[in-house]
Amino acid sequence: MALLELRDVEASYGPLKALHGISLVVDEGQAVAILGANGAGKTTTLRAISGTVQTSGDIVFDGKRIGRRAPESIARLGIAHVPEGRGIYGELSVWENMRLGGVVRRDRNGMKQDVERAFGYFPRLRERLKQQAGTLSGGEQQMLALARALVSRPRLLLLDEPSLGLAPVIVREFFRIIRALNQEEGLAVLVVEQNAKIALASVQHAYLLEVGRVALDAPSTELEKHEGVRASYLGY
Amino acid sequence: MANFFQHVIAGLANGGVYATLALALVLIHRATGILNFAQGEMGMFATYIAWSLINSRGLTYWLAFTITLALAFLGGAAVHQAAIRPFSHRSELTVVLVTIALLGIFNGAAGWIWGPEEKFFQSPFPLRVFDVGGVVINEQDLGAIGVSLACVAVVFALFRYTRLGLQMRASALAPETSRLLGIRVVPMLSIGWGLAAMLSAVAGMMAAQALVLSPNYMLLVLTYAFAGAVLGGIDSPIGAVVGAYTLGVGLSLLSEYVPSLGSSLQLPVALAILVLVLLVRPAGLFGRVVVRRV
Repeated sequence: MALLELRDVEASYGPLKALHGISLVVDEGQAVAILGANGAGKTTTLRAISGTVQTSGDIVFDGKRIGRRAPESIARLGIAHVPEGRGIYGELSVWENMRLGGVVRRDRNGMKQDVERAFGYFPRLRERLKQQAGTLSGGEQQMLALARALVSRPRLLLLDEPSLGLAPVIVREFFRIIRALNQEEGLAVLVVEQNAKIALASVQHAYLLEVGRVALDAPSTELEKHEGVRASYLGY
Repeated sequence: MANFFQHVIAGLANGGVYATLALALVLIHRATGILNFAQGEMGMFATYIAWSLINSRGLTYWLAFTITLALAFLGGAAVHQAAIRPFSHRSELTVVLVTIALLGIFNGAAGWIWGPEEKFFQSPFPLRVFDVGGVVINEQDLGAIGVSLACVAVVFALFRYTRLGLQMRASALAPETSRLLGIRVVPMLSIGWGLAAMLSAVAGMMAAQALVLSPNYMLLVLTYAFAGAVLGGIDSPIGAVVGAYTLGVGLSLLSEYVPSLGSSLQLPVALAILVLVLLVRPAGLFGRVVVRRV
């Protein structure tokens, strides 16, 4: 069943059109990747979903049309967007950053459970709770951003270029956790990624964007074998 | 020595007023990124309201004080919604000009409503002195110090230990990220303006009991609060409070021990400190340099 559906979504930054009618679907419990070159509209697609760019067309989440809603009310429906650059509050402590993931939640006990769950995935954060988040390494900040998203108990996780600037070993660890969240906990994930190889290995379905349009969409196992995708994005 | 401590106490009483207003300036600077030139006049206007409640309606001081704080909160939030928010996508200079216009509006409105003549604003504390080892302490000074410290403590506790405070800090630091976390950023900023207006009202009422109430009496207080905030760090609440107290005590001691500078040149001295700090250490004594890694 479709958790998120985009139908013919267009978006622009002032006079500059970034999306020329994108349609895509993320089912309940599904992990989906968006691949594409720089400027293909990957980030804009995520921003369209979380309401941080003006759009036309239909965006339906959990049966509700969210295309005209404000970002804060979309977030409250259960969409956690980890933006490019991670959106960590460098001046606040690690704990305050995590706390902010659940700051609008009403159920204190549920939040405590989710904090513990996040520590289960990221035990190192627990040792650094009082540390200023800006002093964490890039990999730790990416982990913190994901932990914060988990504290909000999302129904859909949006990840924008999580591998950017991280060492390969950290990237593998990060995607291992994403797979665990998706496959063991059934969390729906929509990930934008330059590293097509690791993304395709972690999702069930992928969309290939070219200049604001969907050029190709297929199960990830098929895309891995696709000649053009291999040549352009996988490099072998 | 007794004389020294006596001037320290008097300086702390003034410093408390500057600190309360300086904290308001820092709240707005962190939330909106600008210096609110109308901050002192908002306190002046609130103090006139308190004066009316006491002298025209016959309320007791503390009842009038409480009602005034509630009205100041609503007024501050309303100013944000009506006069600041419409300019939020404009340059900071535009917003600063709006606050300068507000300064004039509040000042003019107070003169129009209550008249230009000076009014006596009572103190809630008795005009009594007592002697501690030769140091003569005025209870009004002690009260002003206590009220300002209490305000500062309440604001710090709010920001540090409550969900609301955390959301307000997050909204000020990174509004776009905060919206992605479901935080309603605009109401948070309005609450910040409301709190700052409450602090200004406290500063206004404490200053009025030491000076006299007139439409212009807060302009000087604002200048000292600004100098104190810059001294400690315009982005550091603790720094601004410590800076303002330091300035209050420093000026009080200066007027006693260097009378040639201290009595008639207090304002130039404060402004010289301000320029010096901006020149030598723009982040202020307590300004924290944020560590970032990419």
